[in-house]
Amino acid sequence: MLRSEFDRNLDLLQSDLSEMGRMVEETTRQALHALQERDPDMARQVIQNDDAIDNLQDELESKCVGLIATQQPAARDLRTLMSIVHVGVELERMGDYAEGIAKICLRMYQEPLLKPLIDIPRMADLALNMLNDSLQAFAERDEWQARQVCDNDDAVDDLYDQIYHELLVYMLQDPRTIQRATYLLWVAHDLERIADRATNIAERCIWLVSGHTASNRARNSDRSLR
Amino acid sequence: MTTAAEPVAVRHALRFEGVTAYYGANKVITNVDMAVPEHEVTAIIGPSGAGKSTLLRCVNRMNDLIPAFRMDGKIWFGDYDLYAPGSDPTQIRYQIGMVFQRPNPFSKSIYDNVAFGPRINGFNGRLDDIVEESLRAAALWEEVKDRLKESGLTLSGGQQQRLCIARALAVQPSVILMDEPCSALDPIATLAIEELMQELKKRYTIVIVTHNMQQAGRVSDKTALLMPDEHRVAHLVEFDETSRMFTNPTDERTEAYITGRIG
Repeated sequence: MLRSEFDRNLDLLQSDLSEMGRMVEETTRQALHALQERDPDMARQVIQNDDAIDNLQDELESKCVGLIATQQPAARDLRTLMSIVHVGVELERMGDYAEGIAKICLRMYQEPLLKPLIDIPRMADLALNMLNDSLQAFAERDEWQARQVCDNDDAVDDLYDQIYHELLVYMLQDPRTIQRATYLLWVAHDLERIADRATNIAERCIWLVSGHTASNRARNSDRSLR
Repeated sequence: MTTAAEPVAVRHALRFEGVTAYYGANKVITNVDMAVPEHEVTAIIGPSGAGKSTLLRCVNRMNDLIPAFRMDGKIWFGDYDLYAPGSDPTQIRYQIGMVFQRPNPFSKSIYDNVAFGPRINGFNGRLDDIVEESLRAAALWEEVKDRLKESGLTLSGGQQQRLCIARALAVQPSVILMDEPCSALDPIATLAIEELMQELKKRYTIVIVTHNMQQAGRVSDKTALLMPDEHRVAHLVEFDETSRMFTNPTDERTEAYITGRIG
């Protein structure tokens, strides 16, 4: 078979992406757990682990650049390599959001939680499901599944709106809660961004498969500033 | 997931030490130092007239056939000095095979082309086995196994070139020199040879001269860039990992050559 070595390299990059995705999921769950259990040690662990994700992304990118420079990929091969770079960047940023949640944990663990966390873990589950689905769609070049991920982003955005208004009520009722409520709002914002980045991965998959950009891009704009 | 590479001492199949070449009074290559690792593909690239083929032909002493040619410096083949007094170029060429720009099968059957080297070399094993093994290694066996008695010249260009590779392999060399082996082939036959090189490097060391920079990028582990100076004397400008040469070369002449701005 022609170009089997090149194809083997593409497969290896795909496994690197899966590994990065697994690390992002794990680190996000740990960050949430640290927040819920007010566990500063675990939060510090999450912050430390982000370096590994960053390093993986650096490696992934230089491998892709090397292949583009030496192998003259065209058509789908070129889209694949460009997409892998893009997805790597998305995953690296997701890792940063997990790290952000861990840093918030370090700021607030000494105080009791404002309220039991219910919607934030739900949001995290939805966002991480989107991450898994988007990576699976990407690995299997499954455009249909990728479109599902794009559609699921609405549920995360709705939860984010709900949390936002709920925390606003806390703050209005008792200004002493402003700091803790704001921290939780940041956490929700980080999760909303993770879901958005998963949507970006799904859109990248659609582009990879079809060669066309996803038409629902506008709908997926950052709603966190509303 | 990548794992950290274990430190392994790299063995070198060939080492060039201060190799300087002359045609008559003209110096054409100056002071090349370069170590070619075993079981890798090393590409020599550079503009026309940069001495790529001359340097390659120094290795198996093909230049000895040119009366005005002279070489200073040393080329080591393992621990063996290829230019030591008394060393036999014919024996060297069994160890260091060569494939040329245009496929040049003998006007003999496919079988006899491959069996030619072992026969004159006094090979006394089963000739059929070595012919099959060599044709398999050259990824040609499946295409020719039912027509071994036909002339090698009846094959397509790409098949002929693979036949020449099989012929080179039949004398069991450890290094294969390829001098622009795909320049007479179409893109698909070219890819077939390139793919074959990835297989061959598991058992052999390959040095390829190519004027096709993209091909060097695709096939090689290391790349050497030769460039002539204003006196038309070729220098080794840079020699490094191919991925580095093509993404972040050290020398600005390499950058300019790789990006098509000089040469």
